[in-house]
Amino acid sequence: MAEASYPDDLLYHSEHDWARVDGDTATFGITWYAQEALGEVVFFEAPKVGATIEKDEPYTEVESVKAVSDVIAPLSGEIIEVNSALGDKPETINEDPYGEGWLVKVKLADPSQADSLLDAAAYQATLT
Amino acid sequence: MTSYVSATEAERREMLATIGVGSIEDLFAEIPSGLRLGRALALDAGLSEQEVYDELRALAARNVSAEDEVSFLGAGMYDHYVPALIDSIISRSEFLTPYTPYQPEISQGGLQAMFEYQTAISELTALPVSNASVYEGPSAVAAAGYVAKLENHRGRFVVSRGVHPHARETLATLAKGYGMEIEEVPLRDGVTQLPALDEGVSAVVLQQPNFLGVVEDIAPLAAGARAAGALTICSCDPIPLALLKPPGECGVDVAVGEGQTLGNRLDFGGPSFGFFAATEALLRRMPGRIAGETTDVEGRRGFVLTLQTREQHIRRERATSNICTSQALNALAGVIYLSWLGRRGLVELAELMLQRTAYAREQLAAVPGVELLVERPVVRELALRLDAPVERVIARCREQGINPGYPLGRDYPELADGLLVAITERRTRADIDRLVAVLGAAVATELETMAVRA
Amino acid sequence: MNRPGDDGLTIFERSRPGRRAFVAPALDVPERPLDELLPAELRRAEPPRLPEVAEPEIVRHYNRLSRRNFDLDTGFYPLGSCTMKYNPKLHERVAALPGHARLHPLQDPSGAQGALELMWKLQRSLGEIAGLPHVSLQPSAGSHGELAGVLLTRAYHEDRGDQRTKVLTPDTAHGTNPATVTMAGYEVVKIGTDARGNVDLDDLRNKATEDVACLMLTNPSTVGLFEEGIEEIERIVHGVGATLYYDGANLNAIMGICRPGDMGFDIVHFNLHKSFTQPHGGGGPGSGPIAVAERIEPYLPRPQVVVREARNGSGPHYDLDYDRPKSIGRLRGFQGNYGVFVRSYAYIRSLGAAGLREVSEVAVLNANYLLARLRREGVMEYLPSAYDRICMHEFVLSGAPMKRELQIKTLDLAKRLLDFGVHPPTVYFPLIVDEALLIEPTETETKETLDRFADIVAEILREAAEDPEVARNAPYTTPVRRLDEAQAARHPVVRQAL
Repeated sequence: MAEASYPDDLLYHSEHDWARVDGDTATFGITWYAQEALGEVVFFEAPKVGATIEKDEPYTEVESVKAVSDVIAPLSGEIIEVNSALGDKPETINEDPYGEGWLVKVKLADPSQADSLLDAAAYQATLT
Repeated sequence: MTSYVSATEAERREMLATIGVGSIEDLFAEIPSGLRLGRALALDAGLSEQEVYDELRALAARNVSAEDEVSFLGAGMYDHYVPALIDSIISRSEFLTPYTPYQPEISQGGLQAMFEYQTAISELTALPVSNASVYEGPSAVAAAGYVAKLENHRGRFVVSRGVHPHARETLATLAKGYGMEIEEVPLRDGVTQLPALDEGVSAVVLQQPNFLGVVEDIAPLAAGARAAGALTICSCDPIPLALLKPPGECGVDVAVGEGQTLGNRLDFGGPSFGFFAATEALLRRMPGRIAGETTDVEGRRGFVLTLQTREQHIRRERATSNICTSQALNALAGVIYLSWLGRRGLVELAELMLQRTAYAREQLAAVPGVELLVERPVVRELALRLDAPVERVIARCREQGINPGYPLGRDYPELADGLLVAITERRTRADIDRLVAVLGAAVATELETMAVRA
Repeated sequence: MNRPGDDGLTIFERSRPGRRAFVAPALDVPERPLDELLPAELRRAEPPRLPEVAEPEIVRHYNRLSRRNFDLDTGFYPLGSCTMKYNPKLHERVAALPGHARLHPLQDPSGAQGALELMWKLQRSLGEIAGLPHVSLQPSAGSHGELAGVLLTRAYHEDRGDQRTKVLTPDTAHGTNPATVTMAGYEVVKIGTDARGNVDLDDLRNKATEDVACLMLTNPSTVGLFEEGIEEIERIVHGVGATLYYDGANLNAIMGICRPGDMGFDIVHFNLHKSFTQPHGGGGPGSGPIAVAERIEPYLPRPQVVVREARNGSGPHYDLDYDRPKSIGRLRGFQGNYGVFVRSYAYIRSLGAAGLREVSEVAVLNANYLLARLRREGVMEYLPSAYDRICMHEFVLSGAPMKRELQIKTLDLAKRLLDFGVHPPTVYFPLIVDEALLIEPTETETKETLDRFADIVAEILREAAEDPEVARNAPYTTPVRRLDEAQAARHPVVRQAL
């Protein structure tokens, strides 16, 4: 994705991850800023379905040719789905970080944790 | 004395002027005077090239090498014939002196050679992925242990006593660092029998052939490990893999080994190389460099160091290994050697060793005071039991210009009367007959001496 | 593009059924049936698919491959932290002497006196250079030596009943340092660097607690500067009972001038493939001996080379000592990379005390000269020196202004240098300098080589000011152009399909 973009309908974590909350489930991914800093993504370490993840803790890794980055969980929960298409085309994370480049879907442990996340404007402010 | 430096006095003055200081001493001004050495290093003055050569030759003359005696010493490194084309190729400046190929555009020679080497090792082991080398055999076993730990986070290795003592010791040293226990399993009748394995076992570690030269039946052992959720690590002697069922067909997860016999010299133990091959699933956990195929911007095939995110310069404290410099030149010698042997030559070499070892075994077993330690298939090395003290017998043989082999008692107190005899293609029938005669005489003389004393 | 006649095939692609190079010696023993010697169930069904090529074609293949390599005997390698100095040819001659090359590692010490004496003398020389009394030659490379050092530290503390959990490394450290720490079972704690390029002493004081086992450092640092606070660092680290470890990668700056042992380091590793001229071989072999202080000696790897008093007046007798109850054990098979010891020993004997000192003096002179020349060339506004101090044997520039003003990155500069027949410096290391370029000329380069390098850099910057696309698409004249590394990492192909 060529142009920086931070959709308004998402919530953001300061460690450059986004969450799309839908009741008591959510979808997570990394932001435009994160994929730009990494460069061309070559590998996504798919976590296991059923794994428990903790807010603010790393739950997986994303690799480019010259860098490795932890991916931080914006919210706590249990992984119910993993984007398996990224196995063949990890570069989707660069091309469409908020759409086809989603990483995991999670059943939230505590949906009220979402209150501590940032909106698009607040997240962008942290980038300058 | 030389320091291979060009800068003349005049040039140094010019350079200092450009820098804007008065003397070289000024460039060291930031070093506190209390830390300055303040004297010359207590080393002899430098010598001319000719004098250094003479000294190194004099030191060489005080070594009894395989040039000076007929040697049946093995136990991990072997006196094979290294063909002349290897020296000629690896002494080329373009292979000998470049740096690690981090700039692939000007390193295609080295990178393609690594790719060819990886292919050859993959063929030899029948495992799909190989790295571009690690230091040598024993540390390759320890590196494989680290991979197993990273993979399944279990706490224990089950290690056969048939694994080379240096590999077991190296694994123990490193395991203490990365926090793993070791359970050693004795050999029964010369082969490994695994105990019941529980969920605490991270990996089972085997050797093929084992240290006593005996061919193990790896497949059932690996199956047992797999059933317990453990990995199987097998350290292999590469040339016998021409004939033996390869680790990849036995359910082994990681095959490692000492590469010295593939085109490298004895060199009193190094440098050589270690090979490291594994299943596809372990590719991203492999230590060391890996060359990969790709294309350039104009569509040409080319090679690069790939999956560098495993390595220390990127992943740092979470790297799959701390290895940086490995053994590229020695691995190059390895792939040239395997190409020189070729598909049929490797088999012919292994069969020659097999036949000569069988002959040696038959002849030696017939010597009074000598018997076979194990009655099982061997390929290139065999273990004997002597009625006379082994080290004394060795000393007597060496007086006759024959080095009969390695005293097993050095590493196996339970085999204090054992001698390990290695056969390579350099040991002819005449050499073997001479060994038989000299060993027989040495044992007989020792027995007589003991009888006289008694 | 490749040279004419270089078809780019692999050795496997040159294979034709029936071709061969090896001629087996004749079978001179009675031939027994294979089934008798090796039961079928233990045997391999199909031999490995190695190439089938005759000898002339093998030689031609590898010769052609070699010509796609840049190498030190041909050109300049200003690689910071690598010390790419001349590899003397005498060393190959002496290493090939059969008395050294065909010596079995398990030969009885009575039959290896030359080798053991060489190792003993090399140990003594390295100990003198480091200023520490006890040396082990066993580790196979620098990072192997680092692992030895941290395992020695662990053994030292455990022997005193002391449980420690952390090792400190500066944020400028080479990646092998933190990787080693984890392999040795410790937690890495990073120490910051101040504006003058020194370890941040306040940060060190805060983090140097009683659960710290060791501080790993190099001096000069990886930014090429002498650690001004080294005496205070020693006090702080030893004050909490931790060991001080010296990464010897930068030893080329200080030989004969000052010594890590005198600075208070307890453990030092050497890279024989850096300061001591072992050829790099495209990625090894190397060797990483360690020197240690008295209190660390009991834990040294097993075996140690020792000298025993003469028996019956026949001169000193060298031996391998296995009786070391507190040793950390083995780090590898046999005694280490002896072939490398032969070369390094020959180097030390050729140079002597005065020669080694001259090496460091000229290494530091050449680096400062090159830095001054780059400043003179008007390069500094785009590639400023990251630190405003006299450098030692190497210096680091930042390509950040170049990226901003000229729209080319350090990577592009590096790739364009290839077209001028020069190997680029180390790039993007150390991590604390943005768009880093770490340059180490070494002492064996001529003044005109350094002048030419400065001229080339200036030329590339002028070119970029006119048209940044030139550097961005470089190189043009190499056997291959820029390669798709993302593709290689996404879908790794690490062997030839057959």
